Amino acid sequence: MADYLLSIMTFFPLLGILVLLFLPRDNGGLLKGFTLAVSLITFAISLPLAFDNVFTTSGGMHYREFYQWINIGDFFQMNYNLGVDGISLWLVMLTTFIVPITVLSTWNAVDKNIKGFMAMLLLLETGMLGAFVSLDLFLFYIFWELMLIPMYFLIGIWGGQNRIYAAVKFFIYTAVGSLLMLVAIIFVYYFAVQSGAPMNGFGIQELYKLDLPYNAQFWLFLAFGFSFAIKVPMFPLHTWLPDAHTEAPTAGSVILAAVLLKMGTYGYVRFAMPLFPEALPTFIPFLAFLSVVGIIYGSLVAMMQDDIKKLVAYSSVAHLGFVMLGVFSLNLQGLAGGMIQMINHGISTGALFLIVGFLYERRHTRLITEFGGVATKMPIFATIFMIVTFSSIGLPGTNGFVGEFLALMGAFQSSLRWYAVFATTGVILAAVYMLWVYQRVMFGKVTNPKNENLKDLSVREIIIMLPLLLFIFWIGIFPNTFFSKMNPAMEQMLIQMGANPVAVVEPATSETHAPAHSATPATQADGHK
Amino acid sequence: MENLVQEAIQNVNLQAIMPSLVLCVFGMVLLMVSVFSKRGSTTHVAWLSIVALVVTGFVSLSGWNNPQAGFAGSVLLDNFATFFSMICLVAAGLTILMSDDYLRREGFPVSEYYPLILFTTAGAMWMASGTDLMTIFLGLEVLSVSLYVLAGFFRTQTRSNEAGLKYFFLGAFSTGFLLYGVALLYAVTGTTKIDGIAAYVQANPASAMNTMFIAGGLLLLVGFLFKIAAAPFHMWTPDVYQGAPTPITAFMSAGPKAAAFAALMRVTIVGLEGLQSELTALFWVLAVLTMTVGNFIALSQKDLKRMLAYSSISHAGYAMVGLVAWNEIGLSAILFYMLVYTFMNMGAFAVLILIGKKGEDNLTLDGIAGLGYKKPILGVVLTIFLFSLMGLPPTAGFIGKFYIFSGAIKAGYIWLAVLGVLNSAVSLYYYLRVMVQMYFKDPEEDFSWVTINVPTAISIIISVVGVLYLGIVPGSVIQLAKLAGF
Repeated sequence: MADYLLSIMTFFPLLGILVLLFLPRDNGGLLKGFTLAVSLITFAISLPLAFDNVFTTSGGMHYREFYQWINIGDFFQMNYNLGVDGISLWLVMLTTFIVPITVLSTWNAVDKNIKGFMAMLLLLETGMLGAFVSLDLFLFYIFWELMLIPMYFLIGIWGGQNRIYAAVKFFIYTAVGSLLMLVAIIFVYYFAVQSGAPMNGFGIQELYKLDLPYNAQFWLFLAFGFSFAIKVPMFPLHTWLPDAHTEAPTAGSVILAAVLLKMGTYGYVRFAMPLFPEALPTFIPFLAFLSVVGIIYGSLVAMMQDDIKKLVAYSSVAHLGFVMLGVFSLNLQGLAGGMIQMINHGISTGALFLIVGFLYERRHTRLITEFGGVATKMPIFATIFMIVTFSSIGLPGTNGFVGEFLALMGAFQSSLRWYAVFATTGVILAAVYMLWVYQRVMFGKVTNPKNENLKDLSVREIIIMLPLLLFIFWIGIFPNTFFSKMNPAMEQMLIQMGANPVAVVEPATSETHAPAHSATPATQADGHK
Repeated sequence: MENLVQEAIQNVNLQAIMPSLVLCVFGMVLLMVSVFSKRGSTTHVAWLSIVALVVTGFVSLSGWNNPQAGFAGSVLLDNFATFFSMICLVAAGLTILMSDDYLRREGFPVSEYYPLILFTTAGAMWMASGTDLMTIFLGLEVLSVSLYVLAGFFRTQTRSNEAGLKYFFLGAFSTGFLLYGVALLYAVTGTTKIDGIAAYVQANPASAMNTMFIAGGLLLLVGFLFKIAAAPFHMWTPDVYQGAPTPITAFMSAGPKAAAFAALMRVTIVGLEGLQSELTALFWVLAVLTMTVGNFIALSQKDLKRMLAYSSISHAGYAMVGLVAWNEIGLSAILFYMLVYTFMNMGAFAVLILIGKKGEDNLTLDGIAGLGYKKPILGVVLTIFLFSLMGLPPTAGFIGKFYIFSGAIKAGYIWLAVLGVLNSAVSLYYYLRVMVQMYFKDPEEDFSWVTINVPTAISIIISVVGVLYLGIVPGSVIQLAKLAGF
């Protein structure tokens, strides 16, 4: 099975849809239970990846699958080319992990056209997994666009008041970016063909070795970068995000935040940066600047929101700014911070959206002023919310700290030192808006009589949150579980991006903090292979 | 004299026109059949027409990799012609399948309708296989005259009359232009054979800059551009598409358009090769203009047939990108794109036919609100067609656009490709609006009048399978398009 693990994992949800279509339309429990089972099995299929120690020793691609798909001689050639390495490993795991949770979260929240909803969720899962494991640019593009369709319907059909506007905006923003990327993909391909470089369809490993002239790299990076920047989203292309998040149903928001946004950051790490390393130095100051603006702007705007969901949405803009800043530092700490922060953001922000969902299901409002004193009525909820808030702020001991600390430290050690200084204010601002909203919602006396009868979390809701809490602490306390499998791949990637992962590590940093230590390359030999 | 006749007969080679000959004979027989049929009974004629198309398809296929020249080099049934013939046959077949029930619903069960479609198709096949400007003209006329009748087929409906008349007048003008162009080219080169013109230009390069030659070439192009509805010769399209019977609208947007593309390609790529740099510059402008005009005007349309008319203009623009590229990829991409477009556009029209009431006044954006809930299967298939028209994977529309833009990028027309994809981004909006209506709005009507009839269902199934097959495993068909290209 290991030979086909990635294919089975990617297409199992699709298989689930086929069965789902024949289940009775009005038996909601059955539909939800079946979807939960499908997503849990998908998770189980993906589990061997997480326990495979091959990732700790080798940064290359594993679980390769390769078939010729379209081969038209001198026209073009596309392959079904899959593989997973330390960079994509945890994103794949995050995806298979978060989908069952979102399915569980829909139990009471979705009652309209359940079959369609579940089919869209599963289709989305196939799209996300496929995009993470594709090693062929063309195949990646197909999965990338495939994600768009179910998300569009999730927002448009099951969303809130203003859902049509949000869905269309989401669709058009993302599609415009990816269409430009398509032109760039085709251009790279024919450039490679004409230069006579050894090719393997649109296979990225061969394209990595391509030596493009600077001028071409500049434009290509612009096209790829633009597309991914919309998805991340980076300031000033973020405006679709608050709308999409606010209008999407809870499950949609969770997946959007946890996985879809990572497509943008992953796209930078996997495609834009290593494919066009010579253009990188030109763009990094600019992109780092936008990241910092995103951090500060996102935090400030989040502070001003009176809708909790919008607040979380804007906090995403800020959090993703940290990810991008870390990645753009082009050193191991920064990249490790950025990568782990992607997972963290998936877990913490996913959890926050679930929490907002719990409140919304109970009160059908998300306005902060409607709440107050909820902690007295919902103690378990209050505890969980507190932990997630801490994680989102980046309190030591939680996952957020590891990610933000490393990302900022990486930036500090690189040419982005001054950007890091400004970005650090974002950490403080995060504390301000998160604690403030927590205080306004949870503390004080119950002023609104409607809150008198709030029920605490049900067993199902606690079960939803427990795995997330587990990873908040796990990543916070034993980040090495994750770093050890990412390091070899990250080192290789940094070399590919034209950075030297070893040179930037100063001896002093290894004592500053445990995660930093773990992130310093212990097996440097691997990177030089 | 004796010798001349002998020579002429030797040159005939009926093989070269066998497919269209078979089709015409079938058409005439069916005309007789309909004369002796009971008034109002058309179904048997429809099925016999399908048989005619299938037989013609098999006859056509015999010409694959077995080029037949005939009539002293004025007809050439090569792979290129066969591929386009197949597109026209598929388009005609889908049209007939979706027509029968429709004609009865609209109150015009007249069986002459089907032979007319067969004649149109035969004309289209002549256009695709013509290597002499006169043959192409002959094909164009057969095609057009039948189409004028079909567009105005609902003779008591004002809109249909308007469509027929408008198409007739403007079409007659454009044919006049075309013929005048042929005359001017003949005056310069002394021949109407396409390769003869090419040879003349090669021998006398200076003559390519001759005013009369250029005027002739341009007038010729006007004739073809009118048929493919390229801007600025697209003005007739919306009114004719809206007014004509819906299956005919679907047909016009696929079959005759493909045939006009075939003729345009043969004339420009073979005959006017000497003018390549001038022509690509011209097509560059026309392609961008056509895409942009089509897409931007479609944005404001509320009537679905009219919207699809403008969308078909923009798709002609995408296809012209392949002509600008003027390389193997770009040109064979046109063939592939025309086939893809046939499936996705005719599929969309077939769904519209099913959900229309008599008179089709409800085929507007508001009229299909909530369709996805009331008729889930129709909703899903229309969604698939729309995604394909948008050019999203995993549908054929995506592969088609990818293929076309690949040609352009390989030839170095990167800005053209960028403008092309930006245009598709614009088109997202109006296609999405249909989906917004279908799925995001609550149903206002119960769509109880929608009944699924077998032939239309078959045409929809064929289209869906075509769109998905060409989207997921396009390799073999692209291979065929490659063999059929120049």
